[in-house]
Amino acid sequence: MTDMPDTTLTSHPSHDAPADGSDDAMGYYTPGEPLVDRKAPDGPIDERWNTRKFEARLVNPANRRKLSVIIVGTGLAGGSAAATLGEAGYRVKSFCYQDSPRRAHSVAAQGGINAAKNYKEDGDSVHRLFFDTVKGGDYRSRESNVYRLAEVSTSIIDQCVAQGVPFAREYGGLLDNRSFGGVQVSRTFYARGQTGQQLLIGAYQAMERQVHAGTVEEFTRHEMLELVVVDGRARGIIARNMVTGSVETHLADVVVIASGGYGNVFYLSTNAMGSNTTATWRAYRKGAYMANPCYTQIHPTCIPVSGSHQSKLTLMSESLRNDGRIWVPKNQADCTKDPRDIAEKDRDYYLERIYPAFGNLVPRDIASRAAKYVCDEGRGVGPEVEGARRGVYLDFADAMDRLGEPAIREKYGNLFDMYARITGENPYDVPMRIYPAVHYVMGGLWVDYDLQSTIPGLFVTGEANFSDHGANRLGASALMQGLADGYFVLPHTIRDYLSDGPFEVVPEDHPAVVESLAAVEERIRHFMTAKGTRSVDSYHRELGNIMWEYCGMERSEDGLKKAIDLIRTLKDDFYRNVRVLGHDQSLNQSLEKAGRVADFIELGELMCIDALNRRESCGGHFRTESSTEDGEALRHDDLYAYVAAWEFTGDEEPPVLHKEDLVYTAIEMKQRSYK
Amino acid sequence: MKLTLEIWRQEDAASKGAMQTYEIDEVSEDMSFLEMLDVLNEQLNSQGDEPIAFDSDCREGICGMCGLMINGEAHGPEVTTTCQLHMRSFKDGDTITIEPWRASAFPVMKDLCVDRGSLDRMIQQGGYISVNTGSAPEAHSVPVPRDHAVRAFTAAACISCGACVAACPNGSAQLFVGAKITHLGELPQGQPERDQRVVDMVAQHDHEGFGGCTNIGQCTAACPKEIPLDVISQLNKDLRTALRHGL
Repeated sequence: MTDMPDTTLTSHPSHDAPADGSDDAMGYYTPGEPLVDRKAPDGPIDERWNTRKFEARLVNPANRRKLSVIIVGTGLAGGSAAATLGEAGYRVKSFCYQDSPRRAHSVAAQGGINAAKNYKEDGDSVHRLFFDTVKGGDYRSRESNVYRLAEVSTSIIDQCVAQGVPFAREYGGLLDNRSFGGVQVSRTFYARGQTGQQLLIGAYQAMERQVHAGTVEEFTRHEMLELVVVDGRARGIIARNMVTGSVETHLADVVVIASGGYGNVFYLSTNAMGSNTTATWRAYRKGAYMANPCYTQIHPTCIPVSGSHQSKLTLMSESLRNDGRIWVPKNQADCTKDPRDIAEKDRDYYLERIYPAFGNLVPRDIASRAAKYVCDEGRGVGPEVEGARRGVYLDFADAMDRLGEPAIREKYGNLFDMYARITGENPYDVPMRIYPAVHYVMGGLWVDYDLQSTIPGLFVTGEANFSDHGANRLGASALMQGLADGYFVLPHTIRDYLSDGPFEVVPEDHPAVVESLAAVEERIRHFMTAKGTRSVDSYHRELGNIMWEYCGMERSEDGLKKAIDLIRTLKDDFYRNVRVLGHDQSLNQSLEKAGRVADFIELGELMCIDALNRRESCGGHFRTESSTEDGEALRHDDLYAYVAAWEFTGDEEPPVLHKEDLVYTAIEMKQRSYK
Repeated sequence: MKLTLEIWRQEDAASKGAMQTYEIDEVSEDMSFLEMLDVLNEQLNSQGDEPIAFDSDCREGICGMCGLMINGEAHGPEVTTTCQLHMRSFKDGDTITIEPWRASAFPVMKDLCVDRGSLDRMIQQGGYISVNTGSAPEAHSVPVPRDHAVRAFTAAACISCGACVAACPNGSAQLFVGAKITHLGELPQGQPERDQRVVDMVAQHDHEGFGGCTNIGQCTAACPKEIPLDVISQLNKDLRTALRHGL
């Protein structure tokens, strides 16, 4: 191995954070009061949810039809909540920007959903699922919430089966399970590679049943553009009808945001084209705190970018790493060669080299970062896009020799077909190319144990909130959280809030409503009259490049400060120079995108400030200033075992940082090691 | 490659539309069809022309939001969704016609965007199993034979894109309805409402203005998820049974 290029993961200097706690973000924020979640009951962790359900006040069935609920988003978290609250008898208004609730991006989840059923009798339990989820989140999630998630997971499966979700089954007719995401038990339920689709159809059908029953009214092709807060309570939203362009006021007793994640701040991600932060960002600007916005998950096995035209990235199940071997050429000169002509001795199977114990199965963040490093060195493969080749080989040649092509086809056929369709290459002949991509965000609006934000009457569920995944999400846990929140958690906690209602009727000419409506109309007017020269997409792409470069897999103090400057300049230019054609009183996709990109730009800045403040490597993200001597991620529990919750205080003011300390009583904090 | 595009432009539901011709150059074969339209829209925007409205969301072939008639074929020449169609299926110098879904039950709203609310309204008429949250029995209490589960899944893979309707000379949505009838009818949980479901969904289908099925099979040929034609036989069989039961 003497001809090995001089590359290890220690290419960056290792610094420990100063013992007194650094303050990299000084000047970018104002320190605030500590934040405490007062809703989780004390007592043994396995009794807290039962206690809360009992203590949460009830609403008389006859009163429920007098209480109205707005739900923004119809994915697993929003659709399941709309169905369940409709069944309970509340009056629900459901909003989505798609043309049907069934298209929400939960539909695209491939892998599966975890539940502590222990059907395999392999030692699984609620406690073990809880433990794996907290550990997977690198000890940055709230233990009470995670325990509850594990607890209700089993009911989710019962509910979905009863709805007709066609999970994979064994020959005896019972449900099949598989092991997923590196855990040692088989607790993942799945429906081929389309689990998200099937679960969403279940929630959607349950919701459509309530539309038929008259308890749920659905507003498709409607986008929430503002939150209405009256006397300190969330009382409604301003939404734009995306077909007619009319700006509408919708008022209610309570508002639920279930609008998903903001991964599209990176422009390229595995999110849907329309996935956006506007609902959550508008709530943030109205006083809801945004928690841990810098926590993003980057998935190692996506299809690489093929050109500057690229509009989105496609994930391939990471199960591929079970049989594929990841490599790049040792020598840059070989990067443009046909990989089949590169001799074995000229290949660098870098994960197997650096991590002999785990090899190609190292966790997502490590695999992702290692791919970035080898490509940064100029050893990436595939097409050159904007001056760099960003791809590594995922090679099945050995597996095909060992198991035979039919076995590989049986296991991965659909993934290979998808790859062939997108790239035009046959992965049975030529090694696949993969590269990491943004897939999920763990950060989101801060919520207490009741899933209520810092604005009374504003509840936040699913990926839109921050609560359950800490600094990294375990595979097959996103679907579990979305459905847990919507079916089994929110319906209990929201009743405690609603038991004080119905609240005083808000007239449409209330100053808070008028002000919110005027703000939306002014923003639309600005975009329609800016008469600039650049398209919205061009700004979005530029923002994405900044975020990916400086706030992606690896962050540094200098890089983040530079990113903040670049984003501020971009924001200024965007408002002066954006061009939106067409009319506002009609279907206008450029106008829709302009509003979303405006909010992404502001969110991007806050993400960088959050990342700057967190001078530790943790979960899915790596700070160059915080690594061990051999270049691995180093967490700092002494300094950063807290939730960073940011409060908006004005466009010209720095955000205020509130810290919620994370206390673990049922689990011990440990450092990861994969060498 | 260089292409000529003939694209349907229509201001709104009330306006009359027309085909317009656009030239586009430097199209790479690695682009998806929709990315090619993105590039065209950037070009139009820079020229001061309003971009073409078209629907898409997940762009990975599963949400069902996209759908265009491409050279007269729903989703174009490959068996996949429009978003998963790539430009390598075309060649330099081609002229491509692009139209919205053509069906009276899918009115055009603007350019290439249509209103498919009729599909949701059919689901509202019984395309579900009535089970309130929390009332479900233990998941293992009802075994489901594997072949039933597999057939249910195959039918449940429908993405509600509407290609079956657009491809059908009659504008029928029977493949869509049949897929739901089959999905829920294959499962023990779907039995109690089986008769009522098919009667109500078919009534809504006709009410929405979808046409009847005359066994042409264009629906299944155009279906990006390859829903088999036999779901329509299942639909007819279930309907006969329900009617015999006096519904």
